[in-house]
Amino acid sequence: MGMTLAERILARAAGRESVTAGEFVVADIDLALLHDIFAAQVFDLLRDVGVDNVFEPDQTVVVIDHLVPAPTAEAAAIHHRIREHVSRLGITAFYDAGEGICHQLLPERGHVRPGMLIVGTDSHTTTYGALGAGGTGIGTSDMVYALATGRLWFRVPETIRFELAGGLLPAVSWKDVILHLVGRFGADVAQYRAIEFAGPAVTKTDMSSRLTVANMALEMGAKFALFAADEVTDAYLRDHGGTDAGPFGPDSDASYEAVHEISLSDLPPQVAMPHEVDRVGPVSDVEGLAINQAFIGSCTNGRIEDLRVAAEVLDGQHIASEVRLLVVPASRSVLQEAMRTGVLASLVDAGASVLAPGCGPCFGGHGGLLGPGERCIGTHNRNFIGRMGSPEAEIYLASPATVAASALVGQIADPRQMETASG
Amino acid sequence: MASDNLLTGRVWRFDHDISTDVLSPGAYAVDSVEVRKSHTLESVNPAFAPRVEPGDIIVAGRNFGCGSSRETAAENLKVLGVACVAAESLSRLFMRNAIAVGLPILVCAGVHGAFTDGDGIEIDLGSGRVVNVETGSSLQGDPLPEEMREILAAGGILAVLRDYRGK
Ligand code: SF4
Repeated sequence: MGMTLAERILARAAGRESVTAGEFVVADIDLALLHDIFAAQVFDLLRDVGVDNVFEPDQTVVVIDHLVPAPTAEAAAIHHRIREHVSRLGITAFYDAGEGICHQLLPERGHVRPGMLIVGTDSHTTTYGALGAGGTGIGTSDMVYALATGRLWFRVPETIRFELAGGLLPAVSWKDVILHLVGRFGADVAQYRAIEFAGPAVTKTDMSSRLTVANMALEMGAKFALFAADEVTDAYLRDHGGTDAGPFGPDSDASYEAVHEISLSDLPPQVAMPHEVDRVGPVSDVEGLAINQAFIGSCTNGRIEDLRVAAEVLDGQHIASEVRLLVVPASRSVLQEAMRTGVLASLVDAGASVLAPGCGPCFGGHGGLLGPGERCIGTHNRNFIGRMGSPEAEIYLASPATVAASALVGQIADPRQMETASG
Repeated sequence: MASDNLLTGRVWRFDHDISTDVLSPGAYAVDSVEVRKSHTLESVNPAFAPRVEPGDIIVAGRNFGCGSSRETAAENLKVLGVACVAAESLSRLFMRNAIAVGLPILVCAGVHGAFTDGDGIEIDLGSGRVVNVETGSSLQGDPLPEEMREILAAGGILAVLRDYRGK
């Protein structure tokens, strides 16, 4: 019987001809990711168990991205400890504060290739499925084991397949698609499971959109969120210092737990409402709600494509006076390209505050938090209670176009109205 | 090996969707393990942490351990001496973390309805068989594969790592 993408990835990593959903395997890790929230703790533990090297120093990627620039003396001290460990262990793939968010840097700097098995001490490690790689989050003890031995156990997951067809309406993006899917199928539909995104609509999507979808698919509980690798993947690999990988997809006779066929052609812009990611509806449900802050950034939507869409909505205009607009490029390269192409000028002229590349206020650590009673609309991936500061604040999640349109008028707005207004 | 796999204890029963916030409240996340463990499950059963005894077994409903990736959710139960969590289903990261810290788990359909608090329970981790000692009724769970049971028998993944390094 044929294999799904998840089965193919785990079979290869386990050195097996084939594996089937439900089996347990011990698999070789191709890449391990640690960021500044857990890296120091993992490296301390590793030293405590007497391990003074990691399985492959160049297959271990360490990124300082969450607390950037260090908002407290404690954060600065943790960063210092991480740098010491990194140099002691001879880790070469180290991205210090200001380079960007881990889930942006790994694909962008050419670390991710189709078919790889990647573990990270971060739940959104699923993002790498955009390139056909099996990325998944693990805890700190598992990471210590993986770093010491280069291996880890896995249960081969069942797969849910979404067959997507139809073109998107103007001003609707793949962020709207994934918000819709999370809302329609629920936050735990893919618990223990892998998701495959396929169908005619998917073959046409660019890598930026695939990264958005694979990132946010974690909010459905997914262990892996996978796209088959195709020409779009190869073009991305070439643009980011790599070579073609060739096609990598599931076998045509693979078996799925469920297959959902969905048409995207009537989908309006979507918004996730407080305080659950799967409380999703069309933007018309919440249009007109006054906002205090708008946030464009995060590993979900902080790429140049996202900033460009926002700049197009805002170009030549100014955001509403009662709104703070925060723009956080996902990486230094994104920031540089925004500078080169005039995107940055449009955003800053429109009233945006631009923060250092990194997670910014996404997880509520620093850099633009919300006070009690405040309302924010952002392009990120979670709207849990208290996620961006006060537990009495409200967070709405939407696409870059919807967030930019909302910043312009000071209330949640439908980006399609802006298009008509300006043209 | 067989005897390592056989557990007998007393049941603490919990409902569906017991989250990592309930198992390891965020407010005590950075406190010492002594403080942390004393708040385990307190929002749903304040008697649990003070009265649980080594060898007791948790029986729960669906989606036990849902929420964040925090490993302390599993570690708190382990340090309180819980011998096993038998649930209708477990969240993916809780399952991983439980094995990583050496806390036995069993997914067993029907287990939630088959027990009440304080019942005697017998679990064979090897075969996945669960027996209610009071009623004599038995259920069939999904046995853990041998690889997982070896990690549990060693006391968790870091213990496996120490053994492996010691060779
Ligand atoms: S941007 Fe947000 S979701 Fe992404 S890694 Fe950073 S904190 Fe996590």
